[in-house]
Amino acid sequence: MANYLVQRLIQTILILFGIAAITFLLLYLVPADPAVQIAGRSATAQTVANIRRELGLDQPLATQFLRYLGGLIHGDLGRSYAQKTEVMTLIAARIPATITLMVAGIAAELAIGVTLGVIAAVRRNTLLDRIVMIASFTTISAPQFLVALLLLYVFAATLGWFPMSGFGSPAHVVLPALTLGILGAGWYARIVRSTMIDVLNQDYVRTAKAKGVAPLRVVLRHALPNALLPVVAMIGIDIGQFMAGLVVVEAVFGWPGIGQLAWQAIQQVDIPIIMGVTLVSALAIVIGNLLADLIAPFIDPRIRLR
Amino acid sequence: MIVEAVTAPVLSVQDLWVEARTPNGLRPILEDVSFTLAPRETLCLAGESGSGKSVTSLAIMRLLPKSSLRVARGSIQLSGRDLLSLSEAEMRKVRGGDVAMIFQEPMTSLNPVMTIGAQMSEAIRIHQGVGEQEALARSKDMLDAVHITDPARRLRQYPHELSGGMRQRVMIGMALSCRPKVLIADEPTTALDVRVQAQILRLMRELSADFGTSTILITHDMGVVAEMADRVVMMKTGRIVETSPVDDIFLCPKAAYTRELLSAVPRLGERKGTDGPPVLSAEREPVQKDAAAPVLVVRDLNVSFQQPGSLLGPRPAPVQAVKDVSFSIPAGQTLGLVGESGSGKSTTGKAIANLIPWTGDILVGGRSIRNLSTRELKAVRRKVQMIFQDPYASLDPRMSVGALIAEPLAIHGIGSRREREERVAQVLQQVRLSPDHRTRYPHEFSGGQRQRICIARALILEPELIIADESVAALDVSVRAQVLDLMLELQESLGLAYLFISHDMAIIERMSHAVAVMRYGRIVEIGSRREVFENPREVYTRELMDAVPIPDPTFARSKRRQGLLVSDEAI
Repeated sequence: MANYLVQRLIQTILILFGIAAITFLLLYLVPADPAVQIAGRSATAQTVANIRRELGLDQPLATQFLRYLGGLIHGDLGRSYAQKTEVMTLIAARIPATITLMVAGIAAELAIGVTLGVIAAVRRNTLLDRIVMIASFTTISAPQFLVALLLLYVFAATLGWFPMSGFGSPAHVVLPALTLGILGAGWYARIVRSTMIDVLNQDYVRTAKAKGVAPLRVVLRHALPNALLPVVAMIGIDIGQFMAGLVVVEAVFGWPGIGQLAWQAIQQVDIPIIMGVTLVSALAIVIGNLLADLIAPFIDPRIRLR
Repeated sequence: MIVEAVTAPVLSVQDLWVEARTPNGLRPILEDVSFTLAPRETLCLAGESGSGKSVTSLAIMRLLPKSSLRVARGSIQLSGRDLLSLSEAEMRKVRGGDVAMIFQEPMTSLNPVMTIGAQMSEAIRIHQGVGEQEALARSKDMLDAVHITDPARRLRQYPHELSGGMRQRVMIGMALSCRPKVLIADEPTTALDVRVQAQILRLMRELSADFGTSTILITHDMGVVAEMADRVVMMKTGRIVETSPVDDIFLCPKAAYTRELLSAVPRLGERKGTDGPPVLSAEREPVQKDAAAPVLVVRDLNVSFQQPGSLLGPRPAPVQAVKDVSFSIPAGQTLGLVGESGSGKSTTGKAIANLIPWTGDILVGGRSIRNLSTRELKAVRRKVQMIFQDPYASLDPRMSVGALIAEPLAIHGIGSRREREERVAQVLQQVRLSPDHRTRYPHEFSGGQRQRICIARALILEPELIIADESVAALDVSVRAQVLDLMLELQESLGLAYLFISHDMAIIERMSHAVAVMRYGRIVEIGSRREVFENPREVYTRELMDAVPIPDPTFARSKRRQGLLVSDEAI
């Protein structure tokens, strides 16, 4: 187990450096010049050149990259061009809000998705199953901002149950979490439905019925745990999608997380922040996958970590 | 059997009809099935696939898949209660309580994510109304009763930590834990190795006597029928063709179908006193090949599998699947390779077909196939062809039969389009299929016909050696006999040599000139068929033969009396 964790740690570090390199190169290819953005449209060429020198942007690409990596090793993500603050400080301040939203969003997506998937599988080929499947397809296809606006219209503007935007109370988290969760719930409903149908046809489910186990217990105790493994693996992969959704949802609901930070940084071509947020997201995805892999042996005793 | 008239039956099935919902309306699956089960009796439902044996058992449990099957009429009485009129809640008390069931696949019949203890105690808690601790204690006693060592530890283990035989013991223990009146066992030993089968059958006999359980045993194996049954219900395509005491079934069968089935069963010891397989083409002189020149020589063959390692730390030691295996097969002869699962027999076959990496030496037609270039290897591959176990999975469902059979010619770049078509027609006739069949698709054929197509595909390259890996294991008895006869005829007319891999001692005896017995990756005994079968040197070989159920009830009883069966040590 310790050996396994050490391996995964080494993998994680390699992945983060790979991502740092790729992001760095991609940002270099962006046609916008950060120095021009900072100086403003009316600045002279001299001012722009000064800013460029100040930020080290006049150095060759390799030098810039090595300097950045050197910082990374010491945990230094650089300084924001626009906000003149350490990127690390900016991100750290916003991480709690984002984690709150992620946990709530994932909880919402699992609760809705797994429940609907199980119901659809048990009642397969009935009207109920069809309705669940059509609904899941609709939510998968719906753009996130649209879902957000609909939820806001119904539950905030019309019914007034939840605040329109902001941060602070548990009520604030409901609508953004639902928006994030509804999209994923459609996916999970479909995955759970198909694995559950498969599991319900397994010999051991027949054994359970032949023992006289009641139907609800057959589904929840004998079948469901066997159907959850692909779901857990999916959560690890899904975190990437989830992070992308965060940018939109945090913007719509005015949620002060790193999604919003990224959104502002992209508009200002604030490369250190974009790099920082990208690395933090990559780290989140890697950690998500690691957690999924660590949970797997508890769900299925046949899995051994090596 | 006279007892029957006096005692009331435990279970009585009368005039049972089951229908399947098909796109073309309802179609009967079971027609007019009636039988009774006396107290303490073992009744065998015997028949080939599609005969309706399993549907009958699921109908009794009321576990027929609702979407596709339903009981149309009839009655099922358990000690005078009509099971078909019970509510679902009442029926749940019957399931696992009064009527318990064991299934064919011990590997998949236990829940992989629940401990043995959780699964066994569940039935006891449901039916005996005791608490968790008491249920676990009773589960432990049941594991003792089915002769599982260290039961306390087993209760905490998961199914994958037990062998197939042990899992089937757990299933039996679980089924009998609530002292059911009736035990239904659906092919309980079909998936097990022959020595484990012998143990499980003996255990079932012992426990049903101890517990006073009546047993319905579903099986396709007439040997198992002879060993276990008091009475036999013979079924064919959803109907009962004969119900007789076990002795009558084997000594004076009433139905023509029973006679046919029995004549198709190869019996161990049948070929005693002969040197080779039976000669089927009496009118033709068998092709004589130069027996001095072996088609295949295998020297010190070793195969090992590397287990997936980790990034750091030492690589795990490779698993040696085949160790120092050497043998040769003369032209036109058959070497039977027999062994239990995991003995390395299939791996040996795959190595010879060069499908997996190996070390040692393999000579085909006197020429080593080591270090051959891709092109040279292709020429060798022509001479060695393979037929696999599952004729359903080994034919691409989207290719026509003609294309499937001609594909090897295309791969080897042999012949023009017309020549290939002629050759396909020719091999189809050789395997007793019509040349018209080549435009059809695999799903239109039965299992036996598909295996003929597989043989045709192997034949089209005019090989000298065919590796047949469990090629008839998936087929019904009567079809199996036909395919085996076809293989013998082809050997006679074409001078083919076979490496015939099987777990079935009786089939090996029928097909082989020479026999090699494998265990733990090594050949433990090799010799002419006559030597190995009539005078085995190894205890293991003798155990394999003794464990085979003999389709003769008088012999089975005398064997049981003499205690000739294999020891009960955990396998």
